[in-house]
Amino acid sequence: MARPTVAVFDYGSGNVHSAVKALEKAGADVSLTGDRKAIQAADGLLVPGVGAFAAVMDALDGARGGEVIERRLAGGRPVLGICVGMQIMFERGIERGVEREGLGEWPGTVRELDAPVLPHMGWNTVEAPEDSVLFEGLRDERFYFVHSYGATEWTLDPMPQFAKPKVTWATHGTRFVAAAENGPLSATQFHPEKSGEAGIRLLSNWLRTL
Amino acid sequence: MSVATRVIPCLDVAAGRVVKGVNFQGLRDQGDPVELARRYYEQGADEVTFLDVTATVDDRATMYDVVTATAEQVFIPLTVGGGVRSTEDVARLLGSGADKIGVNSAAIARPALIDEIADRFGAQVCVLSLDVKRASGTASGFVVTTHGGRTATGIDALDWAREAIERGAGELLVNSIDADGTRQGFDLELVGLMRELSTVPVIASGGAGAIEHFAPAIHAGADAVLAASVFHSGEITVGDIKHALQAEGVTTR
Repeated sequence: MARPTVAVFDYGSGNVHSAVKALEKAGADVSLTGDRKAIQAADGLLVPGVGAFAAVMDALDGARGGEVIERRLAGGRPVLGICVGMQIMFERGIERGVEREGLGEWPGTVRELDAPVLPHMGWNTVEAPEDSVLFEGLRDERFYFVHSYGATEWTLDPMPQFAKPKVTWATHGTRFVAAAENGPLSATQFHPEKSGEAGIRLLSNWLRTL
Repeated sequence: MSVATRVIPCLDVAAGRVVKGVNFQGLRDQGDPVELARRYYEQGADEVTFLDVTATVDDRATMYDVVTATAEQVFIPLTVGGGVRSTEDVARLLGSGADKIGVNSAAIARPALIDEIADRFGAQVCVLSLDVKRASGTASGFVVTTHGGRTATGIDALDWAREAIERGAGELLVNSIDADGTRQGFDLELVGLMRELSTVPVIASGGAGAIEHFAPAIHAGADAVLAASVFHSGEITVGDIKHALQAEGVTTR
């Protein structure tokens, strides 16, 4: 079987080196690109994101990222957001008092977690639904998180003809969305590319859906 | 469930080789950094830290290559410190594959460096590395030093930690110069004081020499433990430490 192709969205979002290498290890043919045609053509699109919500949105806007992502999703073509690349899929983020609109693929606001020690930095457990594809074979694993903000609610309730979203939770002071699988759009708040062999397995689970 | 205690091997790198020093002096060759990082990854290390202990211009270029080669095969967070002076240094290290950047002397000389890194890359990237020594003349009895502990700054270590967090440091790497290289255990009082004041994760460093030294640092309040030479000699593995921590009721991965 041919290796699935994955475009890692290069819009100026910091360390994407590891994401590329981890996807290769998971079995993908990976290109790091900001080219719209290449992004549409790939079997999967990975949207990385490091730094402040507003800064990531600024950088994405500069690359017409919203449009690129929207177009893939409209065609049912898989997209995986990671860390802030997940957060910006929600309607808005509030960081250090700055409110910024996100892509709005999912309802909800990303805000600071209520915890004594922030950032939430390190390996934590997750509660994944039984039918999760991303977490298949990964029930007891921990994943690497590094963030201070998160979506503490999941309110998307699709029409009955669509598959129900699979939402995975984690807890650090507050319960927050650790991952979501919703049609072609999946995302993780943690970094699978930094989560050792469990993270590689999660990425290969995603690749199998492409 | 809660976030697991992290065990972090530290590789002191000079001219592309891992070295070992006692109180930062008398460097001895310990091996190839990429190979050692991969070994620790396989042992279950939760992160790996590279410390550029010479940070000359030539060594800096070598360090970028080490980080890149490591990031290609080691899928856990990589922190790089030593000689980081500007956001440009940070950008290059992140571009090479580092996830977090340790700042030390340059931030003492110019504290705004912390704000600049946090503003541009996020607080989670900025690790404040403190080399701390017990000294009279500061309110807490702990002073921040530079040059591997040889120069005391006169700055109270606790005041500096508070200021750095305020400015945007996302983590504290607290290294006891008194304990470093002694293999007699961490400075637990220092760890406890840092925990009390810190709203960001605290990494205890300096003094680990035996398996039983790690749990007390966690009980004193550290979120993570860092050690160098105990790992390089091969006498203790990351797995050994995690088993010992679990036996003491500490959650690890």
